Amino acid sequence: MTANMKVVEGSYAVAHAVMCCKPDVISAYPITPQTHIVEHLSQMVANGELDSEFLTVDSEFSALSVLVGVSACGGRCYSSTTSQGLALMYEVLYNASGMRLPLVMNVANRAMGAPLNIWNDQQDSVGARDVGWLQIYVEDVQEAVDATLQAYKIAEDESIRTPAMVCMDGFILTHVYEPVELLDKERASAFLPEFRPAKILDPARPMTFGAFADPSTYTEFRYQQFEAQQKALGKIESVAREFQETFNRYYGGLIDSYRADDAEVVIVTMGSVIGTIKDAIDAMRAEGKKVGLVKVRCYRPFPAQALRQALKDASVIAVIEKDVSIGAEAGLVTDLKSSFYNSKLRIPIIGFAAGLGGRDITVKDIRKIVERAEAARKGIESEFEFLDLRWEIL
Amino acid sequence: MMEIKAGRLVDPCSTRVTKTGAWRTFVPVVDHEKCIKCSLCEIYCPEGCIHQEDGLFVPDLDYCKGCSVCAHECPRMAISMVLEEK
Repeated sequence: MTANMKVVEGSYAVAHAVMCCKPDVISAYPITPQTHIVEHLSQMVANGELDSEFLTVDSEFSALSVLVGVSACGGRCYSSTTSQGLALMYEVLYNASGMRLPLVMNVANRAMGAPLNIWNDQQDSVGARDVGWLQIYVEDVQEAVDATLQAYKIAEDESIRTPAMVCMDGFILTHVYEPVELLDKERASAFLPEFRPAKILDPARPMTFGAFADPSTYTEFRYQQFEAQQKALGKIESVAREFQETFNRYYGGLIDSYRADDAEVVIVTMGSVIGTIKDAIDAMRAEGKKVGLVKVRCYRPFPAQALRQALKDASVIAVIEKDVSIGAEAGLVTDLKSSFYNSKLRIPIIGFAAGLGGRDITVKDIRKIVERAEAARKGIESEFEFLDLRWEIL
Repeated sequence: MMEIKAGRLVDPCSTRVTKTGAWRTFVPVVDHEKCIKCSLCEIYCPEGCIHQEDGLFVPDLDYCKGCSVCAHECPRMAISMVLEEK
């Protein structure tokens, strides 16, 4: 713990980071486990610490719709949501990305109902992977703070102009108290330039955003979004490096790795479970097992090339993720396999849905996954499975 | 040709460039002999694309969707909807 660190709640730390980004308008609707973030922000506005307009609206649909208007008028925006709230925003998610409005939103990842469940998994945002937003998944509270600042810089870049979600595991990161170095307001301001979009809604010069596009032009707009996400691959990495120069912290830009260089079994995952996996890896390494980790920090755009490079020497890959694509496999494992298929790499990849609806993922679970992965080197028995299914209650 | 601006940002009056009549199946054909110039077709047209030319009511086929409202409203049944072959 360094001298500048404070023990604070994850939600407070993120709210403080948002304050340092000086949004013009904050619009949000309360939903567990995201509520604390905007509660802290509303307090900051009420206390006069933050000069923003805080809008209390009637739903998540309205929350994001308001920000589409504000962003088109040239205002910097912030919202935060989770689970059913994100689902209610679905239509507006496409509008924001399609109009190329660089909103930033924290998603406090939570399971989707039904069945009703307020605990953590990542079904909500992984399920929204195709809406055209950038998606960054963080490992701990410090990274959530830092990624929030970085997200504005990436999203608002004139060559990218794409909204961004900073996804942090609900409760595990939003409600935990841990030592965090809060952002310094002045350094954050120096890092993040003012939001000055080239085109805005202005009565003096009328313009329509997201206007009608018939079959003769629609494809080209989708292509532009696709191209902007490809450009974001480089920007996410360069902003992470720039952040390192200013704040002396780096988490990898697109991906990161842990003891993966000579690893035979490599685990690929996203989010807060990484802490547990690192502990499990240390224990297994002490026993002589060559196990490593590759962390996917940026899920959209999907860093296919970086992953192929980082995983090329693995003997077997196990993907652990807190989501299921019901009827197929799951988001991350599908994307990873897809990015390997036409390459020269021929590495067995198996996937695990774990931690759904808040079920703990323990060191013992990680060991079990590694055993399964080792067995898969000789031949894959099951490409995708639900970890630790309780057969006795099925 | 309309310039493509990311986010589909367009200047006012964009529909002068973006023609929207392409998805029409039936086209209104006005029998000017029967027409009594009551202008109900012009009033009811949801696209506002029927206008007068030299005193005759004519649909602007760049924007007419072929919805038949004009034909339905015409008290003299002077407008018939004809399958358009393209």
